[in-house]
Amino acid sequence: MKTSYNGKLARINLSTGEIKVEQLDMELATKFIGGRGLGTKILYDEGVATVDPLSADNKLVYITGPMTGTASPTSGRYMVVTKSPLTGMIASSNSGGVWGAKLKYAGWDALIVEGKASEWTYINVVDDKIELLSAKDYVGLMSEEADEKLKEAHPGCNVLNIGPAGEHQSLLAAIMNDKDRAAGRSGVGAVMGSKNLKAITVTATAKVIEPFDADKLKEATKACNAKIRENGVTGGGLPTYGTAVLVNIINNTGSFPTKNWQESYYDKADDISGETLKDTYLVKNAACHRCPIACGRVIKVGDKVVGGPEYEPLWAYGGNCGLHDLNAIDEANMWCNEYGLDAISTPCTIAAAMELYEKGYIKEDECDGIPLTWGSSEAIVEWTKRMGEGKLPLAKLMANGSYRLCEHYGHPEFSMSVKKQEMPAYDARGIQGIGITYATSNRGGCHVRGYLISPEVLGLPEQLDRTTTEGKAQWCKIFQDLTAVIDSMGLCLFSSFALGAPEYTALLNAGTGTNYTPEELLTVGERIYNIERLFNKAAGMKPEDDRLPKRLTEEPISDGPSKGQISQIHVTLPQYYEVRGWENAFPTKETLERLGLSE
Amino acid sequence: MIEVRLFATFREGREKIVYFEPTKAACPADVLDELGIPYEEVAICLINGFHSGLRDAIKDKDVLALFPPVGGG
Repeated sequence: MKTSYNGKLARINLSTGEIKVEQLDMELATKFIGGRGLGTKILYDEGVATVDPLSADNKLVYITGPMTGTASPTSGRYMVVTKSPLTGMIASSNSGGVWGAKLKYAGWDALIVEGKASEWTYINVVDDKIELLSAKDYVGLMSEEADEKLKEAHPGCNVLNIGPAGEHQSLLAAIMNDKDRAAGRSGVGAVMGSKNLKAITVTATAKVIEPFDADKLKEATKACNAKIRENGVTGGGLPTYGTAVLVNIINNTGSFPTKNWQESYYDKADDISGETLKDTYLVKNAACHRCPIACGRVIKVGDKVVGGPEYEPLWAYGGNCGLHDLNAIDEANMWCNEYGLDAISTPCTIAAAMELYEKGYIKEDECDGIPLTWGSSEAIVEWTKRMGEGKLPLAKLMANGSYRLCEHYGHPEFSMSVKKQEMPAYDARGIQGIGITYATSNRGGCHVRGYLISPEVLGLPEQLDRTTTEGKAQWCKIFQDLTAVIDSMGLCLFSSFALGAPEYTALLNAGTGTNYTPEELLTVGERIYNIERLFNKAAGMKPEDDRLPKRLTEEPISDGPSKGQISQIHVTLPQYYEVRGWENAFPTKETLERLGLSE
Repeated sequence: MIEVRLFATFREGREKIVYFEPTKAACPADVLDELGIPYEEVAICLINGFHSGLRDAIKDKDVLALFPPVGGG
């Protein structure tokens, strides 16, 4: 039977050098799809939840979805699934570009990397051949230079690598691919560094994936592409302005966290907006594999042409650090990519450090000549580089994230994080539903596990009142479940501005030969969300880890359009657990039985 | 005065911010008529930061923010 799965995984043990080919368990693949879902299931079953995340016992799963590399729109995605050293819970970091599609074309659904190499190593995949090679010539190089040198060594390959931040095991280290695409969150780059694994190069001869039903996939793809083209967001707003267009929208709702969330309206936000970026440093937009949206930004930083900032770093380095110097943000974002740092958590940690400095907990003599002052262009650029280097004592501390930094100074409440991972760019006091997403995200503070900004602010698929709690728990569950499906199929979440469960169902059924209905597919998403929660439970997660920082529940927004608002998470969280069939943050026996997750 | 903030493509050929006498604009639709923006092009209409309909009342010192379909994540 033809299917868009390759049906094959490689298990690579870096301690022994053994490389084993394994067949994909199709029953598991049907139950968990691929990508995020299947990666988590594999790690859960193999007992990874209880290991030390930076030890040889942790495993890294680089996993595509059944639609990765197919003709489906936005099919360039893959996932890195592992136990996070930042949160101590599940990490599944998604990235675009073309590397994931190339891994699929080379004949693999996933690479499972185990153990620890005795010396710096990289994995070279050329179709069905996999070898381990010495990375001694590439260690210490910035991500982009390592990418270029590896391409010289293996012409025609695509490169995934870590920068210096991953090498020194910064808990904010990202995994980079195709130079400026990142599996950015939860410190997945540190896990790679802990295994002495610098890079994975992939060269593939094939250029297509044969689906179960080529005609049906063609038909479904055509319908999806039309919807994406006709949709105002995916066909107009995103290609023209990128995600950066959100700066002005979110700021005008008074939900744009400013100065480490002490305020939530930034009067200079327009200086760092998508509109301003388009008029100043933008060279062109860029697309990932088979993406009709092309939201990526290519910009000028000095005389270099590099990948530009998304909305998140524009906010995190901008308003959240009290700064409106777009050029400095572009440069700091470039250094995140070069050193291989999470471009959300890194600037959020700088913002937390600025608050600690403002309040006198971080002393001037710790700053080595570059004070952590609100609005300092020099501070955001140089402290990013210092965190990337990880040498200066304070920078080394900051490179492990805001929670550990603030805890070190006796004030963990200044860390605007959930499960020790920094929250992104939407104030959950002004937008109630997104607070449920933050609090209950299995990978910690995150917006892309249930993007309620879509209905609460953007009016998609319908406009909700951002200030109310009614019905938000149910919305959150549906968004979380659908997102789990998209992440597991190997498609981009941004396609969901135009597509819904029926479209994803049509694509998946045509690709793999399943017969899911949209409702059944959402149940698969629910199963994935629950297996992640089971992983976290096994990893030691406690019910109190589903919480928002005190600032959101005790300090009303101080000024701007949402002045006086506060998170109602105490109302919505019990509603959410009820909708999910969870008690005290974990699935009940009945829920597990219903989802086929009983043990 | 009513402050009208324009974003994304609404800025093309227009100022970022325009002001209206309250007597000239009783609701966002009046503002759109004056600016020559078709109603169907407006995806997000905020009055003082809160989502509003095109026929909702606006008054002196209000801030009106208008966006075409845009989004991100």
